[in-house]
Amino acid sequence: MNDLIGVEHYLVVGAILFVLGVLGIFLNRKNVIVILMAVELILLAVNINLVAFSAALNDLTGQIFAMLVLTVAAGEAAIGLAILVIYFRGRGTIAVDDVNRMKG
Amino acid sequence: MNSILIIVFAPLLAAIIAGFGNRALGNTGAKLVTTGALFLSAGLSWPIFIGFLTGSASAEVVPVLQWVQSGDMAFDWELRVDTLTAIMLVVINSVSALVHLYSWGYMEEDPSQPRFFAYLSLFTFAMLMLVTANNLVQMFFGWEGVGLASYLLIGFWYHKPSAGAAAIKAFVVNRVGDLGFMLGIFGTFLVFNTTSIPEILEAAPSMSGATIGFLGMRLPTMDILCILLFIGAMGKSAQLGLHTWLPDAMEGPTPVSALIHAATMVTAGVFMLCRLSPMFETAPMALTLVTIVGAATCFFAATIGTTQWDIKRVIAYSTCSQLGYMFFAAGVGAYGAAMFHLFTHAFFKALLFLGAGSVIHAMHHEQDMRYYGGLRKVIPITFFAMLMGTLAITGLGVYHLGLGFAGFWSKDAIIEVAFARGTSAGTFAFWMGVVAALLTSFYSWRLMFLTFWGKPRWIESEHIQHSVHKTPHEAGEDTTGGYKPHESPWVMLTPLVLLTVGAIAAGQVFAPAFLDSAAFWNGSIFYNENLIGAMHAVPYWVKYSAFVVMVLGFIGAYVAYIAKPDIPAKFVGAFGWLHNFVSHKWYFDELYNAIFVKPAFWFGRQFWKLGDIATIDRFGPNGVAWVVQRGAVAAKTIQSGYLYTYALIMLLGLIAATTYVLL
Repeated sequence: MNDLIGVEHYLVVGAILFVLGVLGIFLNRKNVIVILMAVELILLAVNINLVAFSAALNDLTGQIFAMLVLTVAAGEAAIGLAILVIYFRGRGTIAVDDVNRMKG
Repeated sequence: MNSILIIVFAPLLAAIIAGFGNRALGNTGAKLVTTGALFLSAGLSWPIFIGFLTGSASAEVVPVLQWVQSGDMAFDWELRVDTLTAIMLVVINSVSALVHLYSWGYMEEDPSQPRFFAYLSLFTFAMLMLVTANNLVQMFFGWEGVGLASYLLIGFWYHKPSAGAAAIKAFVVNRVGDLGFMLGIFGTFLVFNTTSIPEILEAAPSMSGATIGFLGMRLPTMDILCILLFIGAMGKSAQLGLHTWLPDAMEGPTPVSALIHAATMVTAGVFMLCRLSPMFETAPMALTLVTIVGAATCFFAATIGTTQWDIKRVIAYSTCSQLGYMFFAAGVGAYGAAMFHLFTHAFFKALLFLGAGSVIHAMHHEQDMRYYGGLRKVIPITFFAMLMGTLAITGLGVYHLGLGFAGFWSKDAIIEVAFARGTSAGTFAFWMGVVAALLTSFYSWRLMFLTFWGKPRWIESEHIQHSVHKTPHEAGEDTTGGYKPHESPWVMLTPLVLLTVGAIAAGQVFAPAFLDSAAFWNGSIFYNENLIGAMHAVPYWVKYSAFVVMVLGFIGAYVAYIAKPDIPAKFVGAFGWLHNFVSHKWYFDELYNAIFVKPAFWFGRQFWKLGDIATIDRFGPNGVAWVVQRGAVAAKTIQSGYLYTYALIMLLGLIAATTYVLL
């Protein structure tokens, strides 16, 4: 079992998730919520890496840190959604292409 | 407390109070403070002068403050009181006090009287610092101080463009002279290693014959120094070449002309020459130059005086001419006579100016003599004062009777002493002086006849037309236009009367002391006893020459302006070129315009257009602004406003930073 699935497999999964998250931010033209989800994805990729190394190195620190990241991610999602709600009330849309008031 | 301290600093204090407290004090307060201070100074000056006259006073130096102590260069604020200073104290403070009083009436309707009186007092202070100076630097301080006050007062009516231009002209022309004066002071310090006047005068005789390198040539030291100092005197005293500012200075109020541009400031050059007379005596070349410039000025200015129509300009050119007399008197070595003429001239010229001011006041600020006429009976006191002033300046007096007006004593002494000197420059000065005396008599009487005799020509004047609301056509036969000139108030007439006394008696009373008494001068000027002896021994035709030409001038003016009034026009028709030349002031202004002013403007414009606009502005502020603007336009395109752009850039930055740290 251990021979079949090594730490590198986990890292590949984490990397795929990370790239998916990044592409979700850059290629997404639809919805700010998708961006929030993509950010969650990136954080999850990080968590997978942390847990994988933790298991491989037999060190619990990584897993504790992963719990911390989860907490922060939850908080971030809550605040992000709250901002979105406010923003939607103000502008009537959360389409990414419409959110460009910062244009120079 | 020494009275000289009060004399010098009371006007300064008054100027500060009136100048800075003008709103709190109001017109009357400012006038009271300044006039009071000046009468105090004048009152304290006369006892000092009389002390020197009777021989009971002795020269002293009153220290005030330490000023500069720097290695070899050391000079303090000091007030020097000797015969020469005492004379100037009396002249300055008396005339200044009377002019202050006169201004109560003359400036009555002016909106900024405190400023005027503060300037007048400030001027008096600066002039007193000049004449009490014991070192050249303090003299220079006073010299520049009077220049500043003169500038401020010429441009007093600053809303008139002509007054502003005249003020700038006076300042700039004086700068030219001051450059010479400064070089003279620097050179004196270089040679004598001190700026103290007594030490310089003591060391001067031993320096005669020394040479100095100047402009790449070996030249006699004393001649160079004295010529440089004399250039300063030429600027301040409006001598030929640097005289152009004085007639224009008449743009200032008339009391200013009387005080600054007749009695005191313009005589500073003469005073300086007399103060440094032992030094000038070691510089024969410089003295010859002084004589020639003075003689040329006295002739040149007198010719112009005969063609001017503005009453103040006539008197201004007359001043210029009389200053020429003083200079050539000093040039031939008769410093006593120069100072004597300065003294008497202060009285009668201030009188003439204040009288002219009274006429102008009466004639609703009309200054053109063509629109005067017949004022004799209307303003009798002014007429009488002007008459006495004219008799004084033309030098009425008879040698054998020993009686004469002020100008007779001083001017005739100068003419005689120039003859007695016997040098070619002296003889030149003598003839110039005689011709100038003829012209002086002519233009002075021309002024009197045009102003006080003949039929009134008042209605031709625009000022009078504004006053009576009539045109010459409406007035018809009545050439007065119904205008009623009014005699000036007593505050203006009192100074006139007092100065009249001076103009009549100053010569008679003080001639023995000023001309003949070495004890009176007591070493404060270089006194040449042999020359004075020779002056008294000149032939009778010399002694009477001034008298004869004075009578001729009077007759000429009478014929031309009373008996046959068509003569001037005929003369102009026959000698148009001569009249043009003289009435255009010998084309000095045109010449200077072409040589100095136009090129200066051209240079200024080039610097402005090419240097400032095309170079500094273009590559400096404007260039930087252009770069910033373009840069900002380029930079703002980066700001798409889309979230993912920022995120991408953030990521790229993160990758770059990580790569940098890892590698």
